[in-house]
Amino acid sequence: MSDRTAVIREIAAKWLEEGIVEAVLGWEAGTYGDRTSPVIIRSVEESERLVFNERCTNNLATYLLREPVRSMGSVAIVAKGCDVKSLIGLVQESQVPREKMKILAVTCEGVKDDQGRVPVKCAACDVNTPVYFDEIAGEKVESSPDNEARMKRVAEIEAMSNEERYRFWREQFDKCIRCYACREACPLCICARCIADKNQPQWVDTSAHPRGNFSWNLVRAFHLAGRCVECEACETACPADIPLMLLNRVMAREVAEAFSYEAGRDPESDPPLRTFNLDDDNSFIL
Amino acid sequence: MAENGWEPRIVAFVCNWCTYSGMDLAGTSRMHYAPNVRVIKIPCTGRFDPLFLIKAFEKGADGVLVSGCHPGDCHYSEGNYNARRKFTLFRKLIAFAGIDLERVRFSWISAAEGGKWVEVINEFTRHIEGKGPFAEYREMIDE
Repeated sequence: MSDRTAVIREIAAKWLEEGIVEAVLGWEAGTYGDRTSPVIIRSVEESERLVFNERCTNNLATYLLREPVRSMGSVAIVAKGCDVKSLIGLVQESQVPREKMKILAVTCEGVKDDQGRVPVKCAACDVNTPVYFDEIAGEKVESSPDNEARMKRVAEIEAMSNEERYRFWREQFDKCIRCYACREACPLCICARCIADKNQPQWVDTSAHPRGNFSWNLVRAFHLAGRCVECEACETACPADIPLMLLNRVMAREVAEAFSYEAGRDPESDPPLRTFNLDDDNSFIL
Repeated sequence: MAENGWEPRIVAFVCNWCTYSGMDLAGTSRMHYAPNVRVIKIPCTGRFDPLFLIKAFEKGADGVLVSGCHPGDCHYSEGNYNARRKFTLFRKLIAFAGIDLERVRFSWISAAEGGKWVEVINEFTRHIEGKGPFAEYREMIDE
């Protein structure tokens, strides 16, 4: 049992006992190997089920806006640095009142997927030690973000011709089965009624057909522009292995370049598409 | 008209207050411009949702124009500033997805600029004529 697991259990038990929170969102041991699965802990006794290891890949923030957590009173959430960024986004957009949420941050050296691979987000991580929390578990972990690793595949795609890029994405989007796992896993896909579910008018074709797949995937990426904190929950959840993060990273880079903004940093700041500057780029408009 | 009977189909999303009136001015002034443009009036460029653009291509557009009030002239004070930010990002997104940015235009045309409307439409139509139909997209949606 790692130190962090012990600290998480201890803090969770304390908060539950004192009645500060109604439940704790965390990870418990999964049914297979060292996998973990999300769990909602409601009592002091149950808090012994909480664990933390490098297989805690899920971003639990997505559960905050779903039942049964949504209608609970105060809730604690165990969060890695990347998950904390999405919590900042939720607070910033008034989705979760800060006073109703206790953040139990945990330091992290990076997670691993089923094949033991380290995700790109961990190579590029600059929040191994979270900076926004109520309590923190674990010793300080230094970050050495590798931005080149983060943008490597984006650069490869951008080096292609228009036609090649179009073919590349056609092939990728053709794999989409429209399960909306990307949407469900995303902590910041917050619309109670998604545009893709509305049919009067039907903006996005619902079948797993190239037509709707193209518009769905582009719209998903655009709705996260300036909001995505690059937690990679969408790409991790995608059963079709579509490199969704490439789209999100391009948007994040453009937001940084055009509007000097980075998502998931400051809960008090204005998201870039909720504000404007009089001297924003006008060069592409006739 | 091209030999095979194809003509560019251009969809223009124009704001109610400036570009629509500018276009109206061109009409009442009896100016001629390419008949290839289908105009869709929106209250403000701030209403423009990138889905409109995708939908236009899905419905067979070869080029899409979005046009509204000059910065500072928005009827709702700041709709076009918000729109400009959306355009900035969405252009990058569709370019990254391999959609040819030359098929998408943005312009500010005021109610007094009937002449500019004529110029923009004629030039854009000629440009799309040169590029030909948006075959890649059509092939995908008709599949």
